[in-house]
Amino acid sequence: MSEEKSWREIPMGGLTWLHSVEYKTGEWRSFRPVVDHDKCTRCMQCVIYCPDIAIKYKPDVNMIEIILDHCKGCGVCAEECPVHAITMVKEKE
Amino acid sequence: MSKIVKQEMMGMNGDTACAYAVKQCNPEVVAAYPITPQTIIVEVFSEYVANGEVTTEFIPVESEHSAMSTSIGAAAAGARAYTASASQGLALMYEMLYIASGLRLPIVMTCVNRALSAPINIHGDHSDAMGARDSGWLQLYCENSQEAYDTIIQAWRIAEHKDVLLPVMVNIDGFILSHTLENVSVIPDDAVKKFIGEKKIPVVKKPNGELTPYILHPDYPASIGAIDLQDYYFEHKRQQAEAMNNALKVIKEIGEEYGELTGRTYGLIDPYMMDDAEIAIIVMGSTAGTAKYVADLMRNKGVKAGVLRVRSFRPFPRDDIVKALKNIKACAVLDRSMSFGSYGGPLFTEIRSSFCYECDKPIIVNYYYGLGGRDAPPNLLDNVFNELKNIAETGKTGEEIRYLGLREGEKDAVNYKAELVSFKDLNTGKIGGK
Repeated sequence: MSEEKSWREIPMGGLTWLHSVEYKTGEWRSFRPVVDHDKCTRCMQCVIYCPDIAIKYKPDVNMIEIILDHCKGCGVCAEECPVHAITMVKEKE
Repeated sequence: MSKIVKQEMMGMNGDTACAYAVKQCNPEVVAAYPITPQTIIVEVFSEYVANGEVTTEFIPVESEHSAMSTSIGAAAAGARAYTASASQGLALMYEMLYIASGLRLPIVMTCVNRALSAPINIHGDHSDAMGARDSGWLQLYCENSQEAYDTIIQAWRIAEHKDVLLPVMVNIDGFILSHTLENVSVIPDDAVKKFIGEKKIPVVKKPNGELTPYILHPDYPASIGAIDLQDYYFEHKRQQAEAMNNALKVIKEIGEEYGELTGRTYGLIDPYMMDDAEIAIIVMGSTAGTAKYVADLMRNKGVKAGVLRVRSFRPFPRDDIVKALKNIKACAVLDRSMSFGSYGGPLFTEIRSSFCYECDKPIIVNYYYGLGGRDAPPNLLDNVFNELKNIAETGKTGEEIRYLGLREGEKDAVNYKAELVSFKDLNTGKIGGK
């Protein structure tokens, strides 16, 4: 958050006007999913399970991409991956 | 004043008067769930919908929680939204009430005041609305069905005023107003339409100076109701406090403008014979009518009695009340609800604290009355004036917190007390049983 404004300087009711894509909610993450693209079978289970729609399949390169701006590191993808192609590593590593 | 619009007299009870006013306002959305004594509003309004007399989207929701949620969604999308409830229904709306006001959505609601369970009771007192007094809603209390009709029409203007943008709760006493037939002067549909005007959408300024409409609209992406933590929540609450303060002025302005149209002017308070009064009853809702009648009788006996009806409880018109009471010797604040454990009822505590730093202050006593719809007939209010007269003459306050129309009984009766026994005592038949 940039410089904090006074009550007279902000719109009423807590209105926020950006598209939710523009809010970088991945900052909360303490664990980060890492994909082993050799193991990955492109089954898309992770894409379906991700509660933040932060995993995308990129058909041009035939690969899964994790959008770290929105991934909160919940680990659902790693848990659900049938071939264990996703591992959670500490954010700082 | 020749501008006063031609009016028609209709026989209506308070609920029907509200429904009729809402029909004339023709809001985009009405979402309501029936509950005694509000039911007639929903019934009558659904008939208007079925007859095609309104273009309203009527949503018969599954609960009052949903009624308010629906109203919030509709209002956030720019619609005029109306709902009505009472008692347990209002209590079920509770969490959504705060969301409506916190999101600054100008919803209008009728609360047909009714006691809260337990023990279960369907009759009129102010417990339900007082439970919601800190929810950030404006609360206007009506004396009669005419005022209920008039206030519903004014409520949109007050709620949607750019300096307010808060929801408004119009309170009418359950059964005493809601189910009692009264002559109500109604103004023509087009006059109502003209008075409330077209719904306008607020436009707010972002910190970067750009304008954005406060609405859920596909062309203007925005989130209404996003998380707001330690950094900004407090600031948003301060804005609500400011809007409430602004409402003091707006309620008066709209009440006067309505007076120019109809000949019936409304304000924050309604003083009756207060100019030279020495003793006064301060009250909200329908009991004010009885109190005014009794004040007339007292005046005939040469007693300088007056009545101060508080119409707007939220925002609380502190300055107006202090001004109206400054020459009074003794006054009684009548509370139709209890704040258990507090020193006096909600209206009393607020009026007394208003006088905290005033040099000239009347003796103020508190009467609880009318709980669960208990009658407050003229003879009871006559007693209040007589006791006030006595206080004013002797300067002796006596009990500050009193009960009006309550059976006190013998002082040594103890049946209201309980003793405790163990489950073992119950099982061995120590206190009887089968």
